[in-house]
Amino acid sequence: MLVKQLSVFLENKLGRLAKVTRILGEKNIDISALSIADTTDFGILRLIVNKPEEAEKILQENNFAVNCTNVIAISVADEPGGLAKVLQILDNAAIGIEYMYAFVGKNKDEALVILRVESPVKATEVLERNKIRVLTANEVYNL
Amino acid sequence: MECWDKKYECMSRDEMTAVQSERLVNTVNRVYNNVPSYQKKMQLIGLEPGDIKSIADLDKLPFTTKQDLRDNYPYGLFAEPMSNVVRVHASSGTTGKQIVVGYTRKDLESWADVIARTLTCAGANKDSFVHNAYGYGFFTGALGIHYGAEKIGATVIPISGGNTKRQIQTMKDFGSTILACTPSYALFLIEVMEEMGIQKGELQLKSGVFGAEPWSLNMRSEIEERLGILAIDIYGLSEIIGPGVSSECSCKSGLHVFEDHFIPEIINPETGKVLPPGEKGEIVFSTVTKEAFPVLRYRTRDISALNYEKCICGRTHVRMNRVTGRSDDMLIIRGVNVFPSQIESVLLKFSEVAPHYQLIVDRVGNLDSLEVWVEMTPALFSDEVKQLEDIERRIREELDFILGISAKIKLVEPKTIERSEGKAKRVIDKRNPV
Repeated sequence: MLVKQLSVFLENKLGRLAKVTRILGEKNIDISALSIADTTDFGILRLIVNKPEEAEKILQENNFAVNCTNVIAISVADEPGGLAKVLQILDNAAIGIEYMYAFVGKNKDEALVILRVESPVKATEVLERNKIRVLTANEVYNL
Repeated sequence: MECWDKKYECMSRDEMTAVQSERLVNTVNRVYNNVPSYQKKMQLIGLEPGDIKSIADLDKLPFTTKQDLRDNYPYGLFAEPMSNVVRVHASSGTTGKQIVVGYTRKDLESWADVIARTLTCAGANKDSFVHNAYGYGFFTGALGIHYGAEKIGATVIPISGGNTKRQIQTMKDFGSTILACTPSYALFLIEVMEEMGIQKGELQLKSGVFGAEPWSLNMRSEIEERLGILAIDIYGLSEIIGPGVSSECSCKSGLHVFEDHFIPEIINPETGKVLPPGEKGEIVFSTVTKEAFPVLRYRTRDISALNYEKCICGRTHVRMNRVTGRSDDMLIIRGVNVFPSQIESVLLKFSEVAPHYQLIVDRVGNLDSLEVWVEMTPALFSDEVKQLEDIERRIREELDFILGISAKIKLVEPKTIERSEGKAKRVIDKRNPV
């Protein structure tokens, strides 16, 4: 159920991001979602791809520092207050969010969001109990 | 524990003093008569060979410095006619002219003997395969190890430096049991080995003798753990003989100086005054058996201390502390004396940081700046920015505490700091462009 997210350490230098995406493209790896957290000197690229284990190996072989974390992907109604509703549920359950980012799905009326929380299993239970749709890993990888 | 030469290595202090005194008196007489530069220096301070009666008189002799070697380039300090010299070596002159040292046939024999002692310290015997990855040539490292290993009767694999993948394949196929190279190259070998998917269990390595540059205890444990070997520190310099001046035994608590050949003293580098045992200062050597290129009270610039207690291994040879820095590697940043080894010791407190780092010293306006680049490692990496910023902050605070100056810490991508196949390039000083 949990979605595997790859994080890659990048220096803030020209061409680093291009290199990662090129390496993955050459190996026919499809990126479903991504976000970058950046500071003055470095950035952390977070990626959801269709073949996470393979992608992790390829990036390591190319001397990138990579790690893999479990995240959850949810679908929220694409309407005002849609996200607020979900966040309130997590707040009520005292589940803190480390970071989150939205990405593009195939359905017009739903927005997809990746959540990084400390205990993804517990968060998934809470969300499902509250009728929030949590996407399966395969569903996300094949977007 | 085995010794190569029990008679000398386990001699009582009185016997050693007698041996050293006799040899010193001979050496002083020879250099006074054969080397004009030494004669002149001694005459300048009104010293005659007869004034040196034992090692108690050692501190009356003038020092010899690297500058003296350069001034007498190439053969001015040789104490034998060139017809008796069978080999020369040269040490790269990174800061000036290169220096040349020479050996008679007897010098080569003594050299092989002290290396045989060194390798025996690492457990070598005639069944060993010595993988000699020091660079063959002018540099004394490789040929020094080579003849000492042959003297023991071990099988020498004279692979020299470079071509790392072939090194590893050879270690595996030829059954190398003892590795000889610089410690930074050993770490590089390990990285390449892991990339090639070769496990330490596939090699026959049992121990390694590592030298030619200062290295930290954490580097030692990393090499020992990742190769599954005993790693001992060996010390030497071309000016004295090359490798084989001193070596740790398997107790790893100081390097036994082969003092029947090389008499050590510790001095205050500022005043030149001899310091008592245990005190830290610059180590100075006088060679007392060398024929072609004897040196009296040579200033090594290496920082160490001496320990005269008997070692558990049974050797009585005085032990010098691991060299942790060189007095001339010292950087002065914003008026503060900084040794790269201090920075390394701080970085190694963060056990998760593999020891690959580089110091970038620059001057912005009138102010010196220090940047420390630290390579990201898988263990160190996190998907959360705050974790990485926390690591930067902790390193910075620790450095500030130890050095008293603030440095900028920069995390860089893996394998982006230049790897050396010889000595590690730890410092880039942009303040004095060449």
